[in-house]
Amino acid sequence: MLKTRDDLINVRSVYGKSLGLQTKKILVCAGTGCVSSGALEIFDRLTEILKEKKVICSVTLEKEPHGTSVGMKKSGCHGFCEMGPLIRIEPQGWLYTRIQLADCEEIVERTIIAGEHMERLAYQKDGKVYKKQDDIPFYKKQTRTVLDHCGQIDATSINEYFAIGGYAALEKALFEMSPDDIVDEISESNLRGRGGGGFPTGRKWSQVKRQKEAKKYVVCNGDEGDPGAFMDRSIMEGDPHRMLEGMMIAGLACGASEGYIYVRAEYPMAVSRLKAAIEQATQYGLLGDNILGTGFSFRLHINRGAGAFVCGEGSALTASIEGKRGMPRVKPPRTVEQGLFDKPTVLNNVETYANVPLIITNGAAWYKQVGPENSPGTKAFALTGNIENTGLIEVPMGTALKEIIFDVGGGMRDGRKFKAVQIGGPSGGCLTKEHMDLPLDFDSLKKAGAMIGSGGLVVMDENTCMVEVARFFMNFTQNESCGKCVPCREGTKRMLAILERIVEGKGEEGDIDLLLELADTISSTALCGLGKSAAFPVVSTIKYFRDEYEAHIFEKRCPTGNCQKLKVIEIEAALCKGCSKCSRVCPVNAITGKVKEPFIIDQAKCIKCGACITACPFQAIMEK
Amino acid sequence: MNQTFDFTVVDGIIDGLGRKPSAIIAILQGIQEHYRYLPREVFPYLAGELGISEARIYSSATFYENFSLEPKGKFVIKVCDGTACHVRKSIPILERLRKDLGLSDKKATTEDLSFTVETVSCLGACGLAPVITVNDKVYPAMTPDKATELLKALKEEL
Ligand SMILES: Cc1cc2nc3c(=O)[nH]c(=O)nc-3n(C[C@H](O)[C@H](O)[C@H](O)COP(=O)(O)O)c2cc1C
Ligand code: SF4
Ligand code: SF4
Ligand code: SF4
Ligand code: FES
Ligand code: FES
Repeated sequence: MLKTRDDLINVRSVYGKSLGLQTKKILVCAGTGCVSSGALEIFDRLTEILKEKKVICSVTLEKEPHGTSVGMKKSGCHGFCEMGPLIRIEPQGWLYTRIQLADCEEIVERTIIAGEHMERLAYQKDGKVYKKQDDIPFYKKQTRTVLDHCGQIDATSINEYFAIGGYAALEKALFEMSPDDIVDEISESNLRGRGGGGFPTGRKWSQVKRQKEAKKYVVCNGDEGDPGAFMDRSIMEGDPHRMLEGMMIAGLACGASEGYIYVRAEYPMAVSRLKAAIEQATQYGLLGDNILGTGFSFRLHINRGAGAFVCGEGSALTASIEGKRGMPRVKPPRTVEQGLFDKPTVLNNVETYANVPLIITNGAAWYKQVGPENSPGTKAFALTGNIENTGLIEVPMGTALKEIIFDVGGGMRDGRKFKAVQIGGPSGGCLTKEHMDLPLDFDSLKKAGAMIGSGGLVVMDENTCMVEVARFFMNFTQNESCGKCVPCREGTKRMLAILERIVEGKGEEGDIDLLLELADTISSTALCGLGKSAAFPVVSTIKYFRDEYEAHIFEKRCPTGNCQKLKVIEIEAALCKGCSKCSRVCPVNAITGKVKEPFIIDQAKCIKCGACITACPFQAIMEK
Repeated sequence: MNQTFDFTVVDGIIDGLGRKPSAIIAILQGIQEHYRYLPREVFPYLAGELGISEARIYSSATFYENFSLEPKGKFVIKVCDGTACHVRKSIPILERLRKDLGLSDKKATTEDLSFTVETVSCLGACGLAPVITVNDKVYPAMTPDKATELLKALKEEL
């Protein structure tokens, strides 16, 4: 139990020394991705082999170690999940990829004991072997500050967090700053909310601080609903204490003594890591009453979501914590005035809180060195789709799109051509070739008619049908509409129906105008952000790819050949031997003919299932 | 009402989470984890214990997608159809699982309560898309054929 500032300083130095004695370390990635491909078994196996070979190793950071040892650690996600399970070897900084149980013995013998590099486990690209993690192009162009602990320390240990200076920001805030100083520092840093809106965090905090109520709350939005994004998850799993520290500082600044973390149901590992982190912090007395003898008290609770995207919206989220249906409500009153349990509430995103300790420790001026003046700092993005390197990345705000796609992302997969990138998920828009030089930050994107949203980046190549993409997102949004207001509930249904018709080849003249008209109405009349932005993907794909919509509608043709229902399945008469096999497999009896004569497909009946194509022994049936 | 319903499990869950209306969602989650669905018997009981109306509990239970008033299978398979998985062809996996188990978008659970197949939008393992989970265990980089294999293995465990 830490009772004073000196206790905290002392524990940091004790564990700092202990960590220093671990000259060699094996950091096994224990993020969700690598765990699903067997990382925990690898961790156990490596530890077992080290023991068998009488190599002194420590699975936990000891208070008073007897000498040097090999540190075995479960780290957070390195962001390169596709290459997992990953391990990082210290002090060399080597990265081994796609580790299997069978590799463990050799790793211990050759790398840990003999200090040799194992080339076959290293990342290789275009004939080049990359020994060090930091040299790999995927990492080289990144600036990892918020995610820098992920992959570097044990994500499950508060002692390890202490060892590298953890809770120093809280200490500074408690002993050297007044609540006003904290709010000023955050305001001065221009930190903007990472949950999508980009609202200035300092302004939000000062609004809550100003409220006269005795009871206030700090809430963390870990709902991360954007399908295809996992930045917040990596922080919650990989560096939970940094986020908790940010929340504690928010509580101290705004006069709140209780906080809630709302985590989506699909993230069980994030929940268990956070729970463990809260327990550790409570045991040390960093959560609870009279923290470090300062009189400041703070407690944290975890709430799990139950599968509703709309609960990511602030007022829906607080309603859900209160045990109600998670529906947004009319504003004002705003969350800063009447949020959780009708009390003034600071609601921020996971990544926003994770930025806070950095700013408090290093100062606003330091923070503003990276990124544009109006959106400083870095941003984590989830890079997915038809790109060479998919994964979680962190780059300075304002990095140009082309640097992300070609330098970090390694360009398009299979040598295909770039077509577009969908940014911000179901409430975002698409960017095209003409935006290659666009800096990705809140204001530049807004001007271009897109938004950063949560930070999901889905890269699409020339073979992607943009109408289908718009349909996919509309389907998602329509499903997730909470149904409280009519424009969103009915409008998204109608838009989805039109898009479905278009991809099925039943589009009609006037559909595009109708879509735009509906989009306009929904955007201007819906109650919450979900409805207001529901039509963005449709509007932006129409803006940049109108010709694709037109091809579907007027020519009943999908230019990329993706839309199943617009395919034409035909029998090549010259190749057909009239064996009748195809007509027997067709589920809708669309194929007829006389034996030994060419068969034909009735296009009106055909459902394009493709069964006949595989059934024909003479490859006489083709898809056009 | 089923006279033999044993409320000690429910009591244990309530005691762990707090006998207060705001805990209702967590309590329902606890109950669902135990029974794999929300048995109807628990609604009047919870209403009495927490001092809120049964209607309010129903309204929360029906709003959230994760709650089920119907029993689910022993293995709940969730196919991710988030953006990253969708572009890497998650739908053929879903179709294969449904076909193998004789299920459809209207019928999610097999008659013998062995399997439930549903979709989910993003499990946060997008780097390994397409992904499915079986009772929360993540299976990365799936294909329809791997899904068939997995079903075979799971059937052995039934
Ligand atoms: C439909 C909808 C979903 C949202 N989902 C999330 C989410 O998953 N995570 C998040 O941090 N913010 C989400 N937001 C934004 C929040 O309402 C809120 O602006 C944010 O959490 C504030 O934190 P920040 O200022 O730190 O960004 C969502 C908003 C809407 C309208
Ligand atoms: S806009 Fe849509 S999601 Fe938002 S409150 Fe209205 S119906 Fe619900
Ligand atoms: S594609 Fe399917 S529906 Fe069409 S003709 Fe062939 S078997 Fe029949
Ligand atoms: S299976 Fe092939 S060869 Fe036989 S009837 Fe059909 S198209 Fe002709
Ligand atoms: S989970 Fe290991 S790199 Fe992402
Ligand atoms: S989209 Fe499937 S795991 Fe994220």
